[in-house]
Amino acid sequence: MTVHETTTATAGPKKARQDARGTKVRRRRVRAAWLFLTPMLVVLALVAGWPLLRTIWFSFTDASLSQMGSANFIGVENYLVYDEGWYGLLADPLWWQSVWNTLFFTVISVGLETVLGVIVALVLNAKFRGRMVVRAAMLIPWAIPTIVSAKMWAWMLNDQFGILNHMLMGLGIISAPLAWTADADLSMWAVIIVDVWKATPFVALLVLAALQMLPSDCYEAARVDGISPVRVFFKVTLPLIAPALMVAVIFRALDALRVFDVIYVLTSNASSTMTMSIYARQQLVEFQDVGYGSAASTLLFLIIALFTIVYLYLGRRQLGGEQ
Amino acid sequence: MTLTHLKRAVLKLGFWLMVITLVVYATFPFYYAVVTSLKPSSEMFKVGYWIDSVDWSNYVAVLSQKAFVQSIANSVIVALSVVAIALLLGLTAAYALGRVRFKGRTRVMMLVLGVSMFPQVAVLSGLFEVIRVLDLYNSPGGLILSYTIFTLPFTVWVLTTFMRQLPDELEEAAIMDGASPWVTLTKVFMPLLWPAMATTGLLAFIAAWNEFLFALTFTLTDSERTVPVAIALISGGSQYELPWGPIMAASVIVTVPLVILVLIFQRRIVSGLTAGAVKG
Repeated sequence: MTVHETTTATAGPKKARQDARGTKVRRRRVRAAWLFLTPMLVVLALVAGWPLLRTIWFSFTDASLSQMGSANFIGVENYLVYDEGWYGLLADPLWWQSVWNTLFFTVISVGLETVLGVIVALVLNAKFRGRMVVRAAMLIPWAIPTIVSAKMWAWMLNDQFGILNHMLMGLGIISAPLAWTADADLSMWAVIIVDVWKATPFVALLVLAALQMLPSDCYEAARVDGISPVRVFFKVTLPLIAPALMVAVIFRALDALRVFDVIYVLTSNASSTMTMSIYARQQLVEFQDVGYGSAASTLLFLIIALFTIVYLYLGRRQLGGEQ
Repeated sequence: MTLTHLKRAVLKLGFWLMVITLVVYATFPFYYAVVTSLKPSSEMFKVGYWIDSVDWSNYVAVLSQKAFVQSIANSVIVALSVVAIALLLGLTAAYALGRVRFKGRTRVMMLVLGVSMFPQVAVLSGLFEVIRVLDLYNSPGGLILSYTIFTLPFTVWVLTTFMRQLPDELEEAAIMDGASPWVTLTKVFMPLLWPAMATTGLLAFIAAWNEFLFALTFTLTDSERTVPVAIALISGGSQYELPWGPIMAASVIVTVPLVILVLIFQRRIVSGLTAGAVKG
């Protein structure tokens, strides 16, 4: 309703012209709009809506990969059941470990990507010769498929022949080669290194777009007043780019919460880097336990849905009345 | 005076050091993959920063594998089909969402945005069942269908943003002439939307080309795999003897076209990404 009202308020003279043509045209347009939307809605229902409902249903059954059709309803046993001790997803320490790993990965990598992304964007926003070349270079990590970047880094992080150990030893920072992907204490950091490299350009580009839309007059004023650039950044720039930064952070956080590819390639199913997506797929495909795996998928969905709802709520006003 | 000069010089030096660091950081892994891929296997385990001599044997080894060449073909087929479907459905939906005011429009936009945030794992088992029922398991069709879950919402979203920026007068003229919405879309808007469609198509292509989880789960045999899965599954005699030369050669082969595309269309890509995120 609010959308409609704002339309009539802003349309003004156009509205009058449309009225002259009668409501027939408008009604035909609305009918056409729904007709145009139908194919998309049908496809989305087929690949997203229905599969999601089935996944939630499977999470209450004993379905296995070979017999998905003949699954029996078993209530919440996949989640939690008492049979001389607690069993089920919520009683599995490995599940909680993967929840913790996912959150740790999300907070650290998105945090680093945000800080680095803003720095990169500030550099790219400065006027200097060769700026386009630097921007092009920053797009390369973004363009490389995640699997490929994980493989490239796996080679660079190789414990015996990796160039990173070679560099660090050459600089005298470490005395013996580190087993980046095998050592349980280091492997999560290896994953974070790769993700930060791959995703920082995305944050940087979004922040750069916001920076380029800023009015230049307040910077002129600040420069005339002799305020230090650092102060200007925190008092003027940061508040102005905060909305764009927020969007970038949320997009990245949603991506990080469902992380799969990088970890699958770098450390496979190791428990020190197991995330919720890795855990769920392992149960589903490798252990063929569709019921249990679906329970894990459902919980992951709920966590991300919570995030999404918060985001939609915050961004709600932008959706309806654009322009 | 000299002190301010000095200070300015130091600042300038620091700035350029930072720029160089950024460029090296962004490009070094790819550069190093190229260097590695051009080494003969005898020199594979000597760390070196430069290309001393060019040896194509890793590329020959990878491209003589029928399964790998097949996987490139599969990736191209899947990605192009996904782009075509996403653009066709996305364009009609974007017209409805961008040009027509109707009740429930905001709700549909929310729905589309919500779907774009779905974790892929959440639909894995349900989608597996759908794909099996439709008899699309282990075939490009299954991947084409499943990839619409992330390409379609994104395409709709970005095209809607572009569609809204077109002037109202065009459409009013078309309505005055009695054009139907379909004619308005295809004859009036589509010619103006080619740049936007190229942008979204390119982004959808990259997303489909890079996808891994569905490709890994919904294919079974080497002949049906896509490139990312093929690369991830290249293995040697044991876990500790991965054939790094061929892996790097394969990585370079699938990345070079993407990097070239991105560098050519970098302006478009940046505008597409920001239209999808910032303005949305």
